[in-house]
Amino acid sequence: MNIDRRHFLIMLPAAAIAWKHVLAGTPEESPNYTMTGHWWSMLIDIPKCIGCGNCVRACAAENDVPEGHFRTWVERYHVTDWDMVNPQVISPDGGKEGFPAVPEDAGKYFFVPKLCNQCTDSPCTQVCPVGATFITPDGVVLVDQTYCLGCAYCVQACPYGCRYLHPEKKVADKCTLCYHRITKGLTTACCESCPTGARQLCDLKDPNDPIHAFLKTHHVQVLKPQMATGAKVFYNELDGSVR
Amino acid sequence: MKRFKDTGHLLRFAFLFVIAFVVFLVVRHFVVPKSFGEYGHYRGAAIGEIAAHPIHFAGHQTCETCHADILTVKTTGKHANVNCEACHGPLAKHADDPSITPPKLDTAVLCIRCHAASAAKPKGFPQVDADQHSGGLACETCHQPHSPAIQAGGTK
Repeated sequence: MNIDRRHFLIMLPAAAIAWKHVLAGTPEESPNYTMTGHWWSMLIDIPKCIGCGNCVRACAAENDVPEGHFRTWVERYHVTDWDMVNPQVISPDGGKEGFPAVPEDAGKYFFVPKLCNQCTDSPCTQVCPVGATFITPDGVVLVDQTYCLGCAYCVQACPYGCRYLHPEKKVADKCTLCYHRITKGLTTACCESCPTGARQLCDLKDPNDPIHAFLKTHHVQVLKPQMATGAKVFYNELDGSVR
Repeated sequence: MKRFKDTGHLLRFAFLFVIAFVVFLVVRHFVVPKSFGEYGHYRGAAIGEIAAHPIHFAGHQTCETCHADILTVKTTGKHANVNCEACHGPLAKHADDPSITPPKLDTAVLCIRCHAASAAKPKGFPQVDADQHSGGLACETCHQPHSPAIQAGGTK
């Protein structure tokens, strides 16, 4: 192939544009990701959740979650008239295949997606005897599975029931907030696959994140605030009966 | 004046303590991972290892670089904010190598996953009793999944 200098220079910008598309197929590594520049959290918009179970399936596919265990799951609450303290809660197979039909006018029904609350002062990280679970500088609670002994103290310590012992690896496993995705500029698998936008990944350190305006203008709650865990998963319009 | 008798015993003990301490330091140096304590009381390298896990959902931005035609159809309809992989499933492998074709989808399963009527769902969300609604016809007979409003004179 003969190319003179003039043609080479003409083709350079074209090649530069094409290269962008070549790279677009794979999400790039983010060498300029700085952990201290982020403080990750999630917003769950309860009135938008339709209980389709897309998030549970997506999480299982993305993170190889073993059958019968869940990093995220969906609960359906049923509150009959005034009996707020005894809600009937079901979560068949974590809500993976949806929920059974309900009779009309049988009280109040709603869905509550659950996942690790990525607590700022988490009981689970405090009880680990070997330093195998920790909160990262960008606010995600992770498990170092090569270091974990599988003693399951953390499984008992989590007030939200978000951890389990992996049946094959025999170590603690939990939601990583898709740490391998959010550090590359992608959203989590559950947020990516939620059809109604009931789940939103939020960066509390990003001043342009819509979460700040949302928190100012909506009735937002965290789960079990009395436990003072510093939970960072915010629930919009959370019903008082939710545990 | 000598304060203790037979100080040799004490010195021998002290010597053993020093030896034990040195052994402890040496063992600790080899047993504790290099990155332990880099950010806190844990192995700092674990963060990078978890961040290196493989991706299965490519993300809608990746899909749209090639399938811009679908994007234009989608933005006009009610499914504008439903991401590609919400229905199509995880397709990072296809994004990396387009010769891997994704499986054909079954609207009979997919549509009803979200749109099956249930009193538990938010009232404003469009829901149908599939048997009554279509009389056994496939959803895509009337609704194009990327922009589901009924086209050509039909009611919205």
